[in-house]
This record gives sequence, structure tokens and C-alpha cells, in this order.
Amino acid sequence: MDVSIRKVRKEFDRFPALRDVSLDIRSGELIALLGPSGSGKTTLLRLIAGLERPTAGAIYFGDEDASHKTVQERNVGFVFQHYALFRHMTVADNIGFGLKVRPGATRPTKTEIGRRASELLDLVQLSGLEKRYPAQLSGGQRQRVALARALAIEPKVLLLDEPFGALDAQVRRELRRWLREIHDATGHTTVFVTHDQEEALELADRVVVMSQGQIEQIGTADDIYDTPNSPFVYGFIGESSSLPVRIGNGELWIADRTIGLPAPDVADGDATLFFRPQDVELLDGCGGCIAGTVAATRRVAGTRRVELEIGGERQRVEIELPVGHPASQQSRVAFRPRRYRVFPARAA
Amino acid sequence: MSDAALARGWHFRRPSVIPGFGLTLGFTIAYLTLIILIPLSGVVWRTTGLGWTEFWAIATDERTVKSLQISFGASLIAALVNVVFGVVVAWVLVRYRFPGRRIVDAVVDLPFALPTAVAGIALAAIYAPNGWVGQLLAPLGIKVAFTPLGIVVALIFIGLPFVVRTVQPVMEEIDREVEEVAATLGASRLQTVTRVVMPGLAPAVLTGFALAFARAVGEYGSVIFIAGNIPYVSEIAPLLIIIRLEEFNYAGATAIAAIMLAISFLMLFVINLVQAWSRRRYGYGT
Repeated sequence: MDVSIRKVRKEFDRFPALRDVSLDIRSGELIALLGPSGSGKTTLLRLIAGLERPTAGAIYFGDEDASHKTVQERNVGFVFQHYALFRHMTVADNIGFGLKVRPGATRPTKTEIGRRASELLDLVQLSGLEKRYPAQLSGGQRQRVALARALAIEPKVLLLDEPFGALDAQVRRELRRWLREIHDATGHTTVFVTHDQEEALELADRVVVMSQGQIEQIGTADDIYDTPNSPFVYGFIGESSSLPVRIGNGELWIADRTIGLPAPDVADGDATLFFRPQDVELLDGCGGCIAGTVAATRRVAGTRRVELEIGGERQRVEIELPVGHPASQQSRVAFRPRRYRVFPARAA
Repeated sequence: MSDAALARGWHFRRPSVIPGFGLTLGFTIAYLTLIILIPLSGVVWRTTGLGWTEFWAIATDERTVKSLQISFGASLIAALVNVVFGVVVAWVLVRYRFPGRRIVDAVVDLPFALPTAVAGIALAAIYAPNGWVGQLLAPLGIKVAFTPLGIVVALIFIGLPFVVRTVQPVMEEIDREVEEVAATLGASRLQTVTRVVMPGLAPAVLTGFALAFARAVGEYGSVIFIAGNIPYVSEIAPLLIIIRLEEFNYAGATAIAAIMLAISFLMLFVINLVQAWSRRRYGYGT
């Protein structure tokens, strides 16, 4: 089911949590809403579910305007971070709940509901646990049950709010891969919220980066990582270093020297240079490069991070060097980013 | 050998990092003994002095049986009514924010603090056939004061805070998300409340019921003012005990007391078993 969010605005007590957000989700897609806390990602998810009503704008399920439908009518599967299982019901009863509360005409028989619950337990790899109570399950198992319960109603859209947030790192990685498999097997349109960029980039077909109630960028993991379109995305996704620069004649300047990097599309004036610490080439002499004094070096896993102080204002940037590289012994290092982006200072 | 047996065998006390187990347990037992166990065993002791046939005669005496029926019957009805109203009051206090909420919250505690005799007099005055409420009910043929119904009213009054105060904190603990998830699964509001919210409250409701019931069985002050105290009709067991005492019939009084004690203990024991079972299953309030 396609989901189309059109200029949706949501205010809580006049405080805007979402500002005119538009987003098209294609049928069968796995979408991640990624952003820091307070960016509005959970609000957007709850609006799709119908747990909140938009202040303005509309949400379409297919060609149908779902904005004024109740939660019950929308037929969405929702999974919460803390599982929200019904603790007085067995696992099987939890999964069958959505079928059991249907009006008589569309309600399957008891045996049919039981069969369906067992089937879904197989799907989430918890066969044989029908009779257990949620209190007798581990966190990872509970979240699997919560997902099976959401899938039982054959939802048009599957919505997950930080589904792995409460689990420890190893279970989280395991469930992440498993969710991808389930998604590929069932083909549900799925939207999940996360603040874990690794999770979003690894799992989703497309990532929606959000900040302060707005969408910053929508794209595949490659798009988002390789060509961030705003200073926020550059800073939020992956490691990045930034340096204040000046644009003149289509070139970058630090103080009174050019650094050999062209910036043809940016207007003259103050700007900020962004690059990835690992995306630099070291230079011997410095005729058009960035040079700085080594302020600190740190060993990070397989590489060495060098912090440099640049220019008279001692702006600090980080670059990454191979562990054995002699440059980390020097007091002065010159380098030039291989890939970079420049944003006018106003936007940064 | 004894050392090894001790090391492996059962320990009276599990090793703990919290000090003072001996002291606090000793204090607890001394306290319970002085305040509860000695007086209660005194009751049983005096009763045994009576002899079996005499005891049986008192126990099966019609006036005793009726008074026990009235006491436990009225307490049971009052506790059941309190379960319904108490849960509603707790729901209103937990779920809605309205002006005067804190005042309502405070009013719930009044039956705790008010001398029960005052409550009894006030209730009797209001529900008497010429009282504010009584005169509205009289044309309908309903008599409250000076009938068993009056006893139930008084017992509802004193039992209400027990249910509200046990259910309220557990209700506050129930996650909003659980209700939201039920809604996304297609459950109507009514289905969510009856199938998801209320079953989760069952252990707390049971506790509240047990407390309200126990309190009602032991109530004396408020009931005697509103009951009318007609033997065989509206005379409660605690009152019959007082009457026997005033007749200097101490054996008769302790016999009735011992019977009350036994029945109360049995009922509370059963309620506790049910509670333990439901708590294991449902998990709220553990």
C-alpha cells in the first residue's frame, strides 16, 4: 500500500513538532525515519498510525484520504519500543488479539485464530512458545511476539517505533537482519523510526533524515552518506570535519591563502567546508593545501585520528591516517580532502 | 560432618548484604505477638474453656447464626459494590484532569479519618425516612436506615477508600502504549477496557476487595447507629458480642468471636491464594 504524506503539520500546544512534511512511501518499501530526539520522527509515525491527528495536511493510504479515519479503521500494525504486550495473555492470545476483537461477521473461528498464531510464531522463529506469558520471555523474544501480533491483522502498513531500542547490541544486530528477512518474505510496506544511523543505513531501502520537525534529506544509504545535502546531514550521518572558509573567485580560501579546492557553484563570501576524516590525501609540500599543527592523536580501531589546529584561529579538524603512517609523528601535517562539500555560512 | 551438612544443607536465612535481619525479625515477631497473637489466642483459649457441647450450642444458636449471616453477607455485598464504584472512582482520578480533582482525591480518604460513629450518625440522619435522602426513597417503598440495607450503606462508606487506594497506583502504572496497541489491532474502546485494561487490574482489585471486606466484617461504630439492631434482622455479630459482654456472659462472647475469627481467617486465606495465582499470571502490582 502506497502511503502519501502531504504537507502535514502537527502542533502540540502551539509548539510545532512537524512543519509541513511531505513524503511518498512506495508499496513494499522499507523506510527508516532517522533523526535526533525531538526531530519529529515518532510524531510522524504516530500520525501515519492515526494515534495523533494532524493539525493540517493529509495522509493518503493508496488513493484514499485516511486523515480522518480512526486508528481502528486504518488497519496498521504498530510495534512499540517497549513491546506493549498484554501481560495477562499468553503469547498465542497476544498474537490472536487483533483477530479476536473483530466483529462476528469477519472474525475467524477459534481454531483458525490458533492456527494463524502458530503460523506467525513459526515466522518469528518462536515455535512452541504459545502457552508462555510475556513475563517469561526475553526482551528479544517479546519484540518478536509484538511483531507477530502486528502482522496477524495483515496490516496495510507496518510501523515500528524504535523497535530495537530497548535491546542489547548483539540481539539488536540479529533482529535487524531478521526484520529485513521478514520484510522481504511478507512484502509489507514498513516504516521504522530509529536514532541509530547504522541501523537505518543498513536496513532501509530509503532513509528519511529529519531534524527539528522537517525532512532534511530522503535517499538511499549511498545518497545519504556520499552526498549529504545539508550541513545537518553531513554532521549527523557518519564522521565529519568542518572548517570555516571563504569563497573568492570560485575557490576556497583560508585566511589569505587558497587551498587548491575549487567551489564553482557557491557564491562569494563566508562558507563552511565539510569533509570526511578518512577521505583526505596527505601532501608533502604545501602549495595549495590545508596545513595544521598536530594537537592530539588517538588510536581508533584500525586507524589513527589526528587532530590538527589550522591557521591563526586554531580551528580544530580531525583527519584519519593509517596506523603506521609517519605523518602522525610529525608536528605539522598538510592535507587536502579528496571529496568535500561547501555550504554558505548562513546555512551552517 | 555437621559442618559439611550445614554448608550444604538448608539455611534458615539466606546470606544477605543487608544487615539487621536478626534484629528486625525479632522486633517483628515480638510486636506481632504482643499486639495480635496474644490477644487472639486469648480469645481461642477462653473459648476452649467452654467445652464442645456448650460451644456448639452457642454457635448454632439462631441469633448467633443470623448475626454472622448479616455480618458476613452485608460485608460481602458492600465489598462487591465498593469494587465497582472504587474502580470507577480510581479511573476518574487517574485518567482525567478536571478542576477539583485534588479535592475529590482528598474526599476519598475521609472515611479513613472520620470517627465511624460520626459516619453512622450522619448516614442514619440522612437515610432515615424523614432524612434528606430517606424521604425521597420512602415513597418508592425503600427503607434504608434501621434495616440490613442500612448496614450495607454504612459498610460501603467505610470500605470505599480501601479499593480506591489499592487500585489507583496500579492503574497509574498501566502503560498508555498497551491501549494504543489494542486500538491499532482494531479493538474498540470498550473492548480495550474490558479485555486489556481490566484484566490487568485484577490482582489489585482483589486486594482492594479483601481489604474492604475485612474492614467491613470488623466494623462496629457506624453500623450500630444505622442498623436499628433488631435481633435476627439487623443485628451484626460484633454487636452481639458486646451484648453478651454486657450480660457478663464472657464465654458466649468469646465463642462468637472465635467463630468470626475462624471464618475471617479462612476467607482471607482463600483470597490470598487467588491473589497469588492471579499475580503470577498477570504481573501488574508485583
